[in-house]
Amino acid sequence: MRRANRGNLPAMILLFMLLFCWQLGAMKLDAAYILPTPVQILEKLWELRMVLFTVHLPATMGVTALGLAISLILGLGLAVLMDASPLCRKALYPLVVSSQTIPTTAIAPLFVLWFGYGIWSKVLVAVLITFFPITITVYDGLQSARIEMMELLLTYGATKRDIFFKIKAPCTLPYFFSAIKMAIPMSIIGAAIGEWLGAQSGLGYFSRRMMTQLDGAGVFAPIVLLSAVAMLAVGLIALLERKVVRWRGEV
Amino acid sequence: MSVLSLDRVSYQYPGEDFDIIDGLSLEVKPGAFHCILGVSGCGKSTIFRMINGLLRPKKGGIRVNGVPIEAQKHYCGYMPQKDLLFPWRSVGENLALPLEIQRRLGKREQRERIEAALAEVGLAGCADKRPDELSGGMRQRAAFARTMLAGSDLLLLDEPFSALDYLTRISMQEWLLEQWQRTRKTILFITHDVEEALFLSSSVLVVEETPVRALREIHVPLEEPRSRRDLACPAMIELRENLIGMLRKQVAG
Repeated sequence: MRRANRGNLPAMILLFMLLFCWQLGAMKLDAAYILPTPVQILEKLWELRMVLFTVHLPATMGVTALGLAISLILGLGLAVLMDASPLCRKALYPLVVSSQTIPTTAIAPLFVLWFGYGIWSKVLVAVLITFFPITITVYDGLQSARIEMMELLLTYGATKRDIFFKIKAPCTLPYFFSAIKMAIPMSIIGAAIGEWLGAQSGLGYFSRRMMTQLDGAGVFAPIVLLSAVAMLAVGLIALLERKVVRWRGEV
Repeated sequence: MSVLSLDRVSYQYPGEDFDIIDGLSLEVKPGAFHCILGVSGCGKSTIFRMINGLLRPKKGGIRVNGVPIEAQKHYCGYMPQKDLLFPWRSVGENLALPLEIQRRLGKREQRERIEAALAEVGLAGCADKRPDELSGGMRQRAAFARTMLAGSDLLLLDEPFSALDYLTRISMQEWLLEQWQRTRKTILFITHDVEEALFLSSSVLVVEETPVRALREIHVPLEEPRSRRDLACPAMIELRENLIGMLRKQVAG
């Protein structure tokens, strides 16, 4: 643990230097409605803590969690399907890849027209940008299972089900964790983009409202909160991963 | 009766225009220890892969204990060159694999069988260790115990020691002979190492040519129990040179 902290030291020093430069630059510019200082942002965060933490953070987290859950189910399902059947792979893989060439942000306003200002238009944005990395990474994980191991189990009389649960699933686990670590920030971004485009609550919505009021620090405060939550969530998953996966790179 | 019999078996790999195994017949007596000796790529592993059911012969039939292999399960234990211990399972859990797949025993019985199997291969108390905590020789012994737990009297060992260093390899060979003398299972052992074949087997089955039409059986005139010194007598040295000569003809060709 201590080693890891020491490894982060250069990054921390650089971060503080950048923040310090930002602080100096923003103070010199003296236009808080465009460029607030980091200290002003933190002050704003503290000032708005009630409404941010009790109203808008839960709203965004709800969209994120829902988007993540749907992406996981969709991504895992597609990956397993493509792994199990070459025909499905041939049919789905190009579609999944080309779905990523759609500029989600640009067509997201349409989702608001289709699904209204409620939660589902945001969930759809989150799903669209999250399911892809999950699908591809988990598919790679399933494909990483070694043929020799499968053959060994076949000589014991294994069924397809045995092979899936005893080899493919464990082989995929490290990939699965990588996928989740990528997916969490992406679904948060997706939720925030959705809220920017039209919502009644949520950190993205709040940030945009502050924009219309030319409150620079108010624009940044919810974004800082979002980043912090994303980092915390990824950190927790990484801890869990270290407990569960001890064989990364050995297979 | 033979434990294993191959009756004019042929196999052709997809994309090749000849049968790599061409009308091969073979009878193996219960409790025998045969090494199948041949150069790399001669088709010896193909023979194993047909016996364990991973490949289906193009022609001919394979019987184990008189019954066609298509009609039975769990009739042979197969151990490949790599130990293939699953890194996400402890040593004990690795040994549990064949038992779990055959679904014949309860959890507690499985545990007892595994403990006993580990003790037999000299790994008592290693059940909860991770495979990467074991040395190369220990890993092969664990893989051997796992093969034994597949519960068959016919063992197919495909170059199990070839990835080990020399000293570990010779001690594993001595260890395997002890295991064989204790259990009297029927063992087929693939190798390309002439000395290993002579030391281990009661008779060597030589692959003289590819496509494989027959295996030439060469009796090894050594008494049990064997020791490595026995290999140094003039008769054995001559036999060894003869075998090397046979194999070199193929490499040159």
